[in-house]
Amino acid sequence: MVRVEFLGPIQKDTLELEIINLNELATVLQKDEELTQWLNNCAVAVNDTLVSSLETPLNDGDRVSLLPPVCGG
Amino acid sequence: MLLIIDKALDVPHILKTWYQEELHSNFGAYVPFVGTVRSEEGIDGLSFDIYNPILLKWFAQWQQKAKKKGAVIKMAHSLGDVMIHESSYIAAVFSPKRRVALELIDEFVEDFKASAPIWKYDLKDGNRIYALNRSKAIKGSGLLGDTQ
Repeated sequence: MVRVEFLGPIQKDTLELEIINLNELATVLQKDEELTQWLNNCAVAVNDTLVSSLETPLNDGDRVSLLPPVCGG
Repeated sequence: MLLIIDKALDVPHILKTWYQEELHSNFGAYVPFVGTVRSEEGIDGLSFDIYNPILLKWFAQWQQKAKKKGAVIKMAHSLGDVMIHESSYIAAVFSPKRRVALELIDEFVEDFKASAPIWKYDLKDGNRIYALNRSKAIKGSGLLGDTQ
């Protein structure tokens, strides 16, 4: 099971999904209307490391985080 | 040195503490940047969310980069609500000579704005509104979107 967390302003509860890579996650999340405004501007981290490939493999117990646009300071 | 503090920062106290911590480290330069909440567009203040695990990794990478130049970076940021004319952010660089500190503070604060996992909200009329139009997508964003 992979946990998917939505950080900052995204008002969505954590999901638990049976998926093996980020490509599968993209397919699942693109069907979710609540996320339409977020997917094109969110960065993605796996186990707190930012990733840049949809081929990134996911294993049981992994944690994926979606990070919307930031503005510290 | 990374401080996350509930609500507004006590700026004189933090600047003084950092000054005293490094007083005998043989640094010739101490360059602080202080970010203060301005009164604009009718806001009462700002509010912040922080994702600590990635912030700590990001900061550790900067600390390594500073170390290679013989410098030290310190940072403090508020969590939660900070009202106008209070301060939410301090970054500071200590270095043997001024040039390194002046350049590093600029690079560090710019990358902080672009990469640090912190989200800002306007406090206005009792609401907490995500400041999307002032926010910046982290490099590589959109991976899961349909425009890939």
